[in-house]
Amino acid sequence: MSDSTAIEGRTKPRRRIPLHALGPVLALVALIILGASLNSNFLSYGNVTNVLARSAFIGIIAVGMTFVITAGGIDLSVGSMAAFVAGVMILAMNAMIPTLGVGVPLVLAGMVVALLAGFGAGLINGFLISKVGIEAFIVTLGSMGIYRSLTTWLADGGTLSLNFEARSFYRPVYYDGILGVAWPIIVFAVVAILGELAMRKTPFGRHCAALGANEQVAKYSAVNVDRVRMATYVLLGMLVGLATIMYVPRLGSASGSTGVLWELEAIAAVIIGGTVLKGGYGRVWGTVVGVLILSLIDNILNLASIVSPYLNGAIQGVIVILAVVLQRESKPAD
Amino acid sequence: MKRRDIFKGAALGLAIAATPALAQDTKVIGVAIPSATHGFMGGLNYHAQAAIERLEATYPQLDFVLATAGDAGKMVNDIEDMVATRNISALVVLPFESEPLTSPVQAVKEAGIWVTVVDRGLSVEGIEDLYVAGDNTGFGRVAGEYFAETLKSGDNIVVLRGIPTTLDNERVDAFTAAIEGTGINVLDMQHGNWNRDDAFNVMQDFLSKYDDIDAVWAADDDMAIGVLEAIDQAGRTGDMWVVGGAGMKEIIQRMMDGDPMLPVNVTYPPAQIATAIELTALGLVSPTPVSGRFIIGSQRITPENAEQYYFPDSPF
Repeated sequence: MSDSTAIEGRTKPRRRIPLHALGPVLALVALIILGASLNSNFLSYGNVTNVLARSAFIGIIAVGMTFVITAGGIDLSVGSMAAFVAGVMILAMNAMIPTLGVGVPLVLAGMVVALLAGFGAGLINGFLISKVGIEAFIVTLGSMGIYRSLTTWLADGGTLSLNFEARSFYRPVYYDGILGVAWPIIVFAVVAILGELAMRKTPFGRHCAALGANEQVAKYSAVNVDRVRMATYVLLGMLVGLATIMYVPRLGSASGSTGVLWELEAIAAVIIGGTVLKGGYGRVWGTVVGVLILSLIDNILNLASIVSPYLNGAIQGVIVILAVVLQRESKPAD
Repeated sequence: MKRRDIFKGAALGLAIAATPALAQDTKVIGVAIPSATHGFMGGLNYHAQAAIERLEATYPQLDFVLATAGDAGKMVNDIEDMVATRNISALVVLPFESEPLTSPVQAVKEAGIWVTVVDRGLSVEGIEDLYVAGDNTGFGRVAGEYFAETLKSGDNIVVLRGIPTTLDNERVDAFTAAIEGTGINVLDMQHGNWNRDDAFNVMQDFLSKYDDIDAVWAADDDMAIGVLEAIDQAGRTGDMWVVGGAGMKEIIQRMMDGDPMLPVNVTYPPAQIATAIELTALGLVSPTPVSGRFIIGSQRITPENAEQYYFPDSPF
C-alpha cells in the first residue's frame, strides 16, 4: 500500500487527503476542545506560546526522524545526541568568550559548532549504517549510550552551564521572537514546511519512500540507496543540532539527564502522525500533529489535575494508542 | 573514573600494588559507590575522592581502593575483587540497589571485615557495623517549617515532586505534616522528576493555571533552576519565592549574593560519603568507638550561613 501511495502522489499533483489521515487531526482537535473546556487559560496567548515553544525541540527532531523512518531506518540516539551537542556547544562557547567576547559572533560561532557537531554525529551513524552495513537499531543503540556517557564525562558528573553573561545575551533566542511569535515556534514552522515540501516535491523525498518500501526495487530504479540512507541520518543529525540551538538558551545548561527519552517521543510523534514504522510512506505534517498531541497531553494534565499525577503516563499511553487506532479504523474507507 | 582523576587513579592503583611489600601493618579501606551519572552522584564522587586524599595525607598507615559502578552487578564484582586481591580491612559501600547487594555485603561481613553502609540500607538488618545516611523526613520537615513560619493562613503554594519513589513520598509527607494546620493552601503537586526541563514545563503550566502563587517548594535545586526560569519568563519574579533542596553550588552562590527569590535551602549532603569514610578510618586507626547509626540532619541554609555550604570545586 505504501508503494501505491507514493506513486499516486507523484502522478497526481493535487492529491486529496485520504480520510484515514484525519485520525490524528481529530485527536488533536478533541484535545484542544477538552483543554479549553477544563481551563479558561488553556487558549490564552501565554499558554499557547509555552506549548508550541516547548514542542519545538522534539518537533524539529521529529521532522528529521520522519525521513529516517520513511527510508526504513530508525535512530535511537537523538536524545543523547542532543545532550552531547548541547554540552559541546556550551563548552565551545565558554572557551571562545576570551577571544570573541560576549556578542553576536559568539552566538553565531556556538550555532556553527552545534550544527557541525550534529552533522558529525549524524554522519557517523549514517556511515556505520549505510557503508559498514550494521543494523540501524544496533548502531544507534550504541551511539545512544556513547553520547549519553560522553555528556556525563564532559560535565564531570554534574551540569555544564553557559557563562552567565553569554547566557543573558543568548536568552532571547528562546524567549523572544517576531510579532509575538517566539523564535523556536518560527524555526519549527519553517523546518516543518521545508520538510513537507522535501518529502512531497523533491526526488530526495521520493527516494526515501522508495528505499523504505523496497530496497531492491529502489536500487534497480537507479536510486543511490547508500547515499539516500546516509543523507537521512545526516539531515537528522543537523536538525538535532538546530534543536539544540533553540534548547541551550532556555536553561543555559546541559547534563547527563538532558534529552532523556526524546528519541522515543520523536518516534512516537512520527508514528502517531501516520508515517509507517517499517518505512515506505512518510507524512511530515502528520508528525507535526503528533508532536502537538504529545505536548498537549502533558499540558492538559498539568492544567487540569483531574487525575493523580501517578497516572499521567497511563493517560499519555492511552491517548497515543487511540490516535493510532483512529487512523486504522477508518482505513477501509480509503 | 572521572576525567581529571584518571592519572590520580592510576597513581593510586600503583601505590596500592606496591604497598604490601613495603609495610605489613598497612590497612586498606575499600570504597564502592555508584558512578557519577547525575548531579548528586557527581558531588558524592567528588567528596569521596576529597576525603580519601585528606585521609591518606593524615594517616600514612591507611590505603584506599575506590571503585565506581554503573550498575549493581558491577558493584558486586568490585567488592569481590577488593576482598580477593586487596585484602581490605573495611568496606564503605553505597549500595546501588538494596536487594542485589545484600548477600555479597553479608559475605564480606562474615569474612571479618568492617562494613559501613551509606544512604541506602541493605534489605537485611544488622549486617553493617556503621550506617551513615541523610534524613529524608527531615528534608521535607525543615522546608515545611520555613513555609509554616513565613507564610500566612490563606497563602497559596505549589509543590514539585521528584521521581515517584518512597524517598520522594517520605519527603513530601513530612513537608505536608509540617504545614498542616497553618492554613497554607497547597494549590497543586506535580512530578518534575528532579529534572530541570520537566520542572520548567510543569512550572510554566502552574503559572498559566494560577494567578496567585506566593511560594514554590521545588524540593530539589535542579528543579529550582527550571522553576526560576519559568517564573522569570512569565514576568512574575517579585510575586513568589522558591525553596529548592540539597545545596547545589549555583543555588548556594545565588543565596550568598542575596537573591530574594531564594530565601532558604535545605541540605541533603552528598558529602555524607565523606562522613562515612572518615568515621571508618577513625575506627581503624584508633580505639574510638564508631559503630551504630549516624543520621546526618537536614539543615536549613540561609543567606547568612550559606558560605559554609559552598563547595566551588564540587561538580554539584
